[in-house]
Amino acid sequence: MGLRRVAITGAGTINALGHDVPSTRAALSEGRSGIGPLDHPDLERLSIRIGGRVRGFDPEASYSRQELLLYDNFTRFALHAAAEAVASSGLDFSGELGERAGVVVGTGVGGAETLDENYGVLFREHKNRVHPLVIPKMMNNAAGSHISMLHGLKGPNFTVSTACASSNHAMGLAFQLVRSGAAPAMVTGGAEAPFSFGGIKAWEGLRVMSRDGCRPFSKTRNGMVQGEGAGMFVFEDWEHAAARGADILAEVVGFGMTSDASDIVMPSEHGAARAIDAALSEAGLAPENVGYINAHGTGTAANDRTECAAVRQAFGPAADGVMISSTKSMHGHLLGGTGAVELLACIMALRDGIIAPTINYEEPDPACDLDVVPNVAREADVEVAISNAFAFGGLNAVLALRRA
Amino acid sequence: MSDDVRDKVVEIIAELAVLEPSDISMDNTLEDLGVDSLGLVESIFAIEEAFEIDVPFNANAPESSEFDISSVGAIVEAVRGLVAAKKG
Repeated sequence: MGLRRVAITGAGTINALGHDVPSTRAALSEGRSGIGPLDHPDLERLSIRIGGRVRGFDPEASYSRQELLLYDNFTRFALHAAAEAVASSGLDFSGELGERAGVVVGTGVGGAETLDENYGVLFREHKNRVHPLVIPKMMNNAAGSHISMLHGLKGPNFTVSTACASSNHAMGLAFQLVRSGAAPAMVTGGAEAPFSFGGIKAWEGLRVMSRDGCRPFSKTRNGMVQGEGAGMFVFEDWEHAAARGADILAEVVGFGMTSDASDIVMPSEHGAARAIDAALSEAGLAPENVGYINAHGTGTAANDRTECAAVRQAFGPAADGVMISSTKSMHGHLLGGTGAVELLACIMALRDGIIAPTINYEEPDPACDLDVVPNVAREADVEVAISNAFAFGGLNAVLALRRA
Repeated sequence: MSDDVRDKVVEIIAELAVLEPSDISMDNTLEDLGVDSLGLVESIFAIEEAFEIDVPFNANAPESSEFDISSVGAIVEAVRGLVAAKKG
């Protein structure tokens, strides 16, 4: 059997911009920010006091007592997004399809909030026991396993953890599984719940966080802002999707992954450019075909400068004709979940012809001299979009999508 | 004349740079001493712990931080300022 084409037939999300795809798409197209003040009992001990929190989500209304005991926030987000993705795909996984369909989830820190909460009790209150379900609640594969149980997905199931590239790696591997014929459909994406006290403190320590806002590509940028939530998709064998008359949101056409093999935190222009090259090459596309890039665009000095240089290296003269925006300016950096939420911006570009802007853009930076779609969304006819993710550890993962 | 702030800052930087304190002069930049970006955030952490102060430093915008890291001498003066401010 030859390689299959891969269709995206379902999408779901929960993040700082909304609890589903339509509300997130509306915010992305309006350039509306979901970043705001953090609400934390120990707020006065934090120097970073802003973030892209999910607001108005009441887990107790969605999940039973037993489920709440088993679901860390990252699992709750993942399940919420997966439910929307599966429902919108119209697929029914009972029967033979469910035997072969699977799940690949990306997450950076998994159940870190559960760890923080429970280990905190041991150290702070000198208690000698924790809740008996801490292990199955905190483990990184909890979200993927619960997705499989709720939707009857009995094929390949694993979790990928490559820091800020986790969900792009997860979706790239799901793409390969469907493309090779190993699975007819995969639920895939990423989830992150990074706002534990210890987690925020750890990020503060690196000195890369902004205290006042995420301003990617702007000369005035001063760091990243965290976000939380999940994005999930259904990737499906194109023939299978077409045969049932599914509404195909976009086609996944290429995936490139590389390792810088150079530095644990500083990104490499060359490693990022090679990942872009690899994604386009697998898709059989030239840079001129790409209309939109969803940037990694963290808003740190190092990432944005390096990413723009990488795009110039990979695109050559075509770099001047491509639009590139960072939606992290609106939803924050969801770390292991970020690429999944950002894929929604790529689908919006392809399907709706709306390019999400880079908001909070104040002043051009000569080191970021690309068309960063400042502040206001744009209408454009886009045939191909790519989504960049460049993680700490020097791990790069780029997905290429084509309009269906 | 002994200078506790200077001696402690030099000791911290020397340890990170794997040098003797006597190898370090006030005119040296961290770059001269082979301290990279991770070494810099480590040295700031060590300074905060040693002097029980909070150092306002953002690695994204070192030039616009209130904390001057342009040389060892500048760091010593910045720490002196923060220690004095803490004593009020």
